[in-house]
Amino acid sequence: MQNNPPLEIAGKKIKNRFFLGTGKFGSKSEMMKCISESEIDVVTVAMRRVDADAESENILEFIPDDVILMVNTSGARNAEEAIRIARLAREAAGVDWIKIEVINDSKYLLPDNRETAEAVRVLAAEGFVVLPYMTPDLYAAREMEEAGAAALMPLGSLIGSGEGLQAKKFIEILIKESSLPIVVDAGIGRPSQAAEAMEMGASAVLANTAVALADDPGNATMAFSLAVKAGRLAWLGNMAEPGNIASASSPLTGFLFEE
Amino acid sequence: MITKKEISDFLADRDPALLEKLAARAGRITAAQFGKVISLYAPIYLSNYCENNCVYCGFRSSCGLKRKKLTPKQIESEMKIVAGSGIRNILLLTGESRKMSPVSYLMDAVKIAGKYFSSISLEVYPLDTDEYLELYKAGVDGVTVYQETYDRNRYDELHLSGKKKDYDYRYKTPERVALSGIRMISMGILTGLSKLGDDLYDLFDHLNFMERNYPGVEYSVSFPRLIIEPGDETDYHKITDMDLVKCIILTRLNFPRVGINLSTREDASLRDHALHFGITRISAASNTSVGGYVEGVQEDPQFRVKDLRSLKEIEKVLRAKGFDPVYTDWRRIDNTPI
Ligand code: SF4
Repeated sequence: MQNNPPLEIAGKKIKNRFFLGTGKFGSKSEMMKCISESEIDVVTVAMRRVDADAESENILEFIPDDVILMVNTSGARNAEEAIRIARLAREAAGVDWIKIEVINDSKYLLPDNRETAEAVRVLAAEGFVVLPYMTPDLYAAREMEEAGAAALMPLGSLIGSGEGLQAKKFIEILIKESSLPIVVDAGIGRPSQAAEAMEMGASAVLANTAVALADDPGNATMAFSLAVKAGRLAWLGNMAEPGNIASASSPLTGFLFEE
Repeated sequence: MITKKEISDFLADRDPALLEKLAARAGRITAAQFGKVISLYAPIYLSNYCENNCVYCGFRSSCGLKRKKLTPKQIESEMKIVAGSGIRNILLLTGESRKMSPVSYLMDAVKIAGKYFSSISLEVYPLDTDEYLELYKAGVDGVTVYQETYDRNRYDELHLSGKKKDYDYRYKTPERVALSGIRMISMGILTGLSKLGDDLYDLFDHLNFMERNYPGVEYSVSFPRLIIEPGDETDYHKITDMDLVKCIILTRLNFPRVGINLSTREDASLRDHALHFGITRISAASNTSVGGYVEGVQEDPQFRVKDLRSLKEIEKVLRAKGFDPVYTDWRRIDNTPI
């Protein structure tokens, strides 16, 4: 029997621990199909793409009501802008879940942890459920936790790169040291990489590029969902690391036991 | 950075296999960085008064063109039509006349635009930092300014009089824009004025400098092609479709994150093909005459529109090619400091 309780963030139960980004899909109906077929529970949408009174398609109409909508602050270059975008999300779309993205480097798109932490503090105090996108750094993680973050979203590698867990060791440290759920975001290009993140104890994984650019995004979303679940079960099963199971001999200390 | 020689070698290269390979690579980079989406924008021409004398331009102050400038009421009428079509990213343009389209005039236009558009960009004469700051606070998100050519001698030859004659003031415009806080800067060359490879190299160099020193700005580039005016005897460089395609590919391979714009000055076929290897933003259903949306006519010489398709038609093409047309790509926030 598998015993796999849902992830809980801010009182919401999340069964599918694969979170879906939406910015890169070639069509909104395709995105919607991915969400419903794979029973995605958490979706992130950039506030900069939301237009409630659009003549054309409004992206929010393509996201089912029972899905948790997490608006991101893409385009914010500092804490102040992130705060303003978050407030706009609350006013215009009634959304309280905010993925804070503060990026002041348009070349690498690396998040600015310091500004991000500041935005976390302000927005958490205003009652938002705040999930900061961050470079995996222990000090920043502590600061964000203390500032009221609901979960942490460290990057696996550069956004859109598909290079997987380049920052593995540092994410592992956050998993060990933080009491918050760790959602690995950015750079996850293959389901196997998502499984790897979950096997080491991440609480969830977010991806967009890998799914949106797949020839068949529906299958890709399902593959990620299954890989994330498999990785989770492996973690829960507490599978021993290969190589830890047995050592054939004790070349260093064996002599102590020699007759 | 890529060398001048590598650029000119590639521009001269005739190997279709190499071109195809690099186009595919550029396409993959674009998709990974920007997704399968294309942003749409439209221009509104506010005024065609110009104090400069650029040899190649039909708007230049010495030609007998009938001048026009929209009143705030006319500006609003134009904006209503454009916004009504669904466009949310607007580019406001004027000729380079501080006298006829002063900063106060631009401020008024920006404030009206704020009622209809979620992102506002300007393509006007170069300004000072404090002026950009005022416009930024009023809601300007982007500024477009082309150096036209980076070849100083050629620049001097082609720009006979007016403020534009000052090469360095123009060159430093992107920096002044960045210092003001404005988030998007579009740079470019008017291809055909000088040797393409050299101009491209210098544009890349300029862009590199900007990325290093002002990393928070979202950069994009354009490669408008010179349209030679009747009677202009100047010796220009012929720019083929292949040249333009190579400019796009080279930009993408060297600047994965930089946006690349393609306007309706290019024909539909080229625009549709270019979507697949680097273009991120296109203008659509553009009228480039002052007051043209209300009057429904296209008349101005320099900025002829070649792609006359409606927004709906372009949207259909984008969807058929697997691209999601993006109308809203920025939500204007209050830019005044707390
Ligand atoms: S190119 Fe621009 S600045 Fe030069 S004459 Fe034409 S409108 Fe004026």
